[in-house]
Amino acid sequence: MTDRLNSQDGPLEHLIRLLGGLPGLGNRSARRIALHLLSKRSALMVPLAAALQQAAENIKDCSTCGNLDVIDPCAICRDETRDNSKICIVAQVSDVWAIERTGAYRGRYHVLGGLLSALDGIGPQDLRIESLITRIETAQTRPDEIILALSATVDGQSTAHYIADRLLSSGISVTRLAHGVPVGGELDYLDDGTITTALKSRSAAA
Amino acid sequence: MIKMHTATSMEQWQDQGIVLSARRHGENGAVVSLLTEKEGRACGYVRGAFSTKNRGTLEAGNIVDAQWSSRVEGNLGAYTLELARGTAARVMDDAMKLAALQSACALCDAALPERETHPGLYHGFMALLDILDSDIWAAAYIMWEIALLKELGFSLDLTKCAGGGSNQALAYVSPKTGRAVSYEAGEPYKDKLLPLPGFLKPNSGPAESEDILIGLNLTYYFLEHWVFTHHSHGVPEARQRLHLRFAERFAKTEGSKVQTG
Repeated sequence: MTDRLNSQDGPLEHLIRLLGGLPGLGNRSARRIALHLLSKRSALMVPLAAALQQAAENIKDCSTCGNLDVIDPCAICRDETRDNSKICIVAQVSDVWAIERTGAYRGRYHVLGGLLSALDGIGPQDLRIESLITRIETAQTRPDEIILALSATVDGQSTAHYIADRLLSSGISVTRLAHGVPVGGELDYLDDGTITTALKSRSAAA
Repeated sequence: MIKMHTATSMEQWQDQGIVLSARRHGENGAVVSLLTEKEGRACGYVRGAFSTKNRGTLEAGNIVDAQWSSRVEGNLGAYTLELARGTAARVMDDAMKLAALQSACALCDAALPERETHPGLYHGFMALLDILDSDIWAAAYIMWEIALLKELGFSLDLTKCAGGGSNQALAYVSPKTGRAVSYEAGEPYKDKLLPLPGFLKPNSGPAESEDILIGLNLTYYFLEHWVFTHHSHGVPEARQRLHLRFAERFAKTEGSKVQTG
């Protein structure tokens, strides 16, 4: 079936190939989605195509924080009720969404666009680290805390250490998210790495 | 550590290994490189490598129980991995130790040929992982790099003077031969020789920060000119970052000493 699809290069096959390249989708799922879209052309396919077109044309990176929005600066950077004294550093836009979902943070963000990775050849120049430094240096209200909300992986923590080193001379307090036991987690089921970091970052109970 | 070659239609073995790298392959899988005692550096495909369950297992430096299987011995094969000890998590809060761990993993991954046993280096790496918790980790790391050079056939002789001088006053290393040179014999050529760090001299005391930097310079020279001279990417970036990070840290410490002095 796949060979036959590849040999013909009609609009349907082209659509299936594009859908098959999306994360989480293979050829079979792509075919099912294509057929589903075609069965609901006016109700789903045409509005979806218009939405894709609109998103591609209008959504841009925020020049201040790297977040995605239709207006530059983004809604978070424009929001004057937010706390200017805190900047939360995250790797991806999806991390901004994750923190925003909690409603527990009302400060600003800075999206790096990835993590340092020696294996993948991603260096500091490939991330939005210089723009972070410039943003801090030129800010009207100088932040008094930088929160490193990066993943608890080797790459995530290497990036966190690098940024902390770069900000060392600025005199700004640099903090990072706690690592350890998740809410609802039972010690017996946790891996030893999580328990080790939880023990290292233990805090006073009262 | 148990290794079994089972006489079935599938080629397979079991061993404990250190995760050197996990390169994303496809959407959910990864090609994982391990350093094992009996199989040396061995690669295999891990299905669902970046799932929530497996992601923590595949951090560089972690020790895993590995089961490798393949229909044909020469194929990539597939791994089933289980975390035995989470080393990466222990050093994550220390920038220098984390950089050293990444560097050691990257050096093994780039320099060791696949499926060639290096039990001495494997045990040395395991010892290094234990020593990362102690204060002498930096000196131990340099000694491990010297052991890596030796394992790859580029042995440094730091016990006696290559110029016929005193073996008790070694001060330099010849960049051509990798042999130590005494202070007297090396003085006329000191601009062309590499300084020998104090802690690598016979009957030496504990390593100072400056010694560590000299040691990193020394091993970097031989890694660059001997081991990675024909590699297209040169010395792995993780090793370069460790060097840079240590040099920056040393410069800051010295700068603050000068200011307080």
